[in-house]
Amino acid sequence: MDKMDKFLRVHNGERVNRSAIPHLSFHEFRNELLAFTVAGGQVVQFFAYRDNKDSSSLKLLAVLRNDKLYVTGCDAPDSFASLTAVTEKFHLFEREIGEQYGLKAEGHPWWKMVRYHRNCTGKADVFGNDYSEDIPGKYPYFEVEGEGVHEVAVGPVHAGIIEPGHFRFQCFGERVFHLEIQLGYQQRGVEYLLQTVPLKRLPIIGETVAGDTSIGHGLCMAQGIEALAGLEVDQGAKVVRTLALELERIANHIGDLGALSLDVAFSPPAAYFGRIRGDYLNLSQILGGNRFGRGLVRPGGVTQSMGEEQRQLIQEKITELTPEVEHVNDLIFSTPSVRTRFDHTGKVSQQDAERIGMVGYAGRACGLPYDARVAFPTECYADLPANSNGKIDGDVASRADVRREEVMHSTGLINTLLARSEEARTYTPQDIRLAPDSFVVTVNEAWRGEASHCILTDEQGNILRYKIKDPSFHNWTGLALALREQGISDFPLCNKSFNLSYCGFDL
Amino acid sequence: MDSVFSFCFALLIAPLFPAVIQKVKAWFGGRQGPPLLINYYTLFKLVQKGSVYSTSTSFIFKIGPMISAAAALLLLLFFPFAGAEPLFSFQGDVIVLFYLIGLGRFFTILAALDTASPFEGMGTAREAFFSSLTEPTIFTILFLFFKVSGSLSFAGFFSGPTPVALVGEFGAVILLAAVALYTVMLTENSRVPVDDPATHLELTMIHEVMILDHSGPDLAMIEAGAWSKLLFYCSFIASIIWFPRFDNFLLNTILFYVVVTLIYVSIGVVESITARYRMNLVPKFILNSFALMFFVIILTIEFAQ
Repeated sequence: MDKMDKFLRVHNGERVNRSAIPHLSFHEFRNELLAFTVAGGQVVQFFAYRDNKDSSSLKLLAVLRNDKLYVTGCDAPDSFASLTAVTEKFHLFEREIGEQYGLKAEGHPWWKMVRYHRNCTGKADVFGNDYSEDIPGKYPYFEVEGEGVHEVAVGPVHAGIIEPGHFRFQCFGERVFHLEIQLGYQQRGVEYLLQTVPLKRLPIIGETVAGDTSIGHGLCMAQGIEALAGLEVDQGAKVVRTLALELERIANHIGDLGALSLDVAFSPPAAYFGRIRGDYLNLSQILGGNRFGRGLVRPGGVTQSMGEEQRQLIQEKITELTPEVEHVNDLIFSTPSVRTRFDHTGKVSQQDAERIGMVGYAGRACGLPYDARVAFPTECYADLPANSNGKIDGDVASRADVRREEVMHSTGLINTLLARSEEARTYTPQDIRLAPDSFVVTVNEAWRGEASHCILTDEQGNILRYKIKDPSFHNWTGLALALREQGISDFPLCNKSFNLSYCGFDL
Repeated sequence: MDSVFSFCFALLIAPLFPAVIQKVKAWFGGRQGPPLLINYYTLFKLVQKGSVYSTSTSFIFKIGPMISAAAALLLLLFFPFAGAEPLFSFQGDVIVLFYLIGLGRFFTILAALDTASPFEGMGTAREAFFSSLTEPTIFTILFLFFKVSGSLSFAGFFSGPTPVALVGEFGAVILLAAVALYTVMLTENSRVPVDDPATHLELTMIHEVMILDHSGPDLAMIEAGAWSKLLFYCSFIASIIWFPRFDNFLLNTILFYVVVTLIYVSIGVVESITARYRMNLVPKFILNSFALMFFVIILTIEFAQ
């Protein structure tokens, strides 16, 4: 297939001139995107943007992946034939475009807002919503009718300290026919904010996109700015960044494995893993000065170089914790009553996972091997070994199993990195200028999966469009599918096995 | 005098034991756990609060907690703790009391349905289904105990010439009955592996979800009723396992509550080493106890009375 003129191949974190991006007619654009995704490609980014700050003309831009990254664009028509009508991979992306820029995808099978806010173009709302009304406003949910069918609405306010989200179950007794998930309750306008604040504030906002993915999103942003500003990162800083990302992954996986165990009322591992997770967070503090990885990754390097003392401390603690983690995992995975709860619960078929473009461990548990660390390596990942998971049944057991394996794999990576000797240069904040009329896309395997940032600059080098995609944007649909034909009482377990981000989705 | 004392003591100590379960679970998790007096603090806290009533609920919602608490307290009046004469007793009181528990549950269910919350509807469906499955087990157990002791009152079960006891002539079948009763206890009191009293996830709850809308003194009554009911079941099992034979009432009481404590500890152990069952496996678990009792009845057709 000749992609040369329809698509531009880009590398992860590579700056390209916006003029180099193919500019197709919408008709061509649509056909090319559909051909690419139907052939197995996935959507990394698909969004609308203003051509320049003052103009009202809008453009569409798509970043796609198979084993390489491609970008292409076109002028955005006010209303266009929906791509979702052909393949589900564009589902939420098209709704998001409609919500943010007031462009209508005709024939979209479930045309509904994503986060409930006014579009930025001043166009009439394409969903017919009146945003002066409070949430929930007026928007439809899937409905099932018939004798014995009932509806259970959960949220947006939940017990405990869970973020807000609304879950609407269509049930027949205990059986769930359909689950619809409505988010957007904490939409903060992060993308808009990033387009307006001074450059030096970007990293601080970037690492707060999703509180448990500070390093993941921080890295995406830092790499994007580095590409646009032409900054070089030394080897030592790359080691620190990779270590931080892996520590974040381990801490989250361990916390979730404990929580999974608690959700089936098997409490001892939850207590053990709660403590051990704290130990890994403390390692993040030793490495970067903050337990949740804030303030470490900055464009151009890292704020804390790893000295011999830190290296020793981390190495000793990892050596001490690894057998403990193995023991607790054995306790969870060898308890028959836990296994019966995990097995065959919340299944997503590989085919469905591919059709909705699931990413991260949830995707790998369904048999989609995509791992951004392997496919589009950044930092030190090019010289590190990949993980491959054995259990790919797509159920809670598989998602738990992948996490167990990834914890051990990440521990291996950390040991390898600690054995290296490079020391990071001290970071000095520089006055940076972004290259004008440029485009960059960065992709990193955050602990949940593929996180991606896209930055477009105008002719003065100001940020024209900052687009963020959290892995949760893909995977929430996976959770909804996992619940089909399940008992409604299994929802909390399925939810925890995905453990998706609300704020990362709401932006 | 002994009767009054043993009733009052049971009433006072009922809130203590559930904290024992929490302590055991905490010990398994390497945690310290809440203080042993936690439930007294909770009770005190709740009683001081006011109750909040939704405008869409009726008087049923208000009388539900009272009736369920009253039913649970009645159990304690009729039960011979540590072999002491209960305050009340008559032939057939066991049947009345088990149906009083049913009455209490019926009103809890009505109160839950009264809120019209979709969660509580689901919880009531589960509670009603699972507890109706325990009924055959309970009545076959009572039938067995009647055959053994020739009595149909709690006081009669554990006194008289042939009391219900593990050490007696029918020890083997009574052991099976004790196991069945243990299963019933876990089910009726919403313990793991049937329900999870510690969860905060509404969609998986059975009993807890039914009382989500109750607050203040109403919630205190529900909690006190639940603790009394659990104490009743544990005492029932303890009386079967250990039969008091000393003349000293105090010694009997102490030994009896040691056995009761051990039963609570065993609940804590069960909750620490097993996960709860998936909802569709719970009926099988409960009906296992009935299968056991059915087997027991067949065994005893020939030789008991």
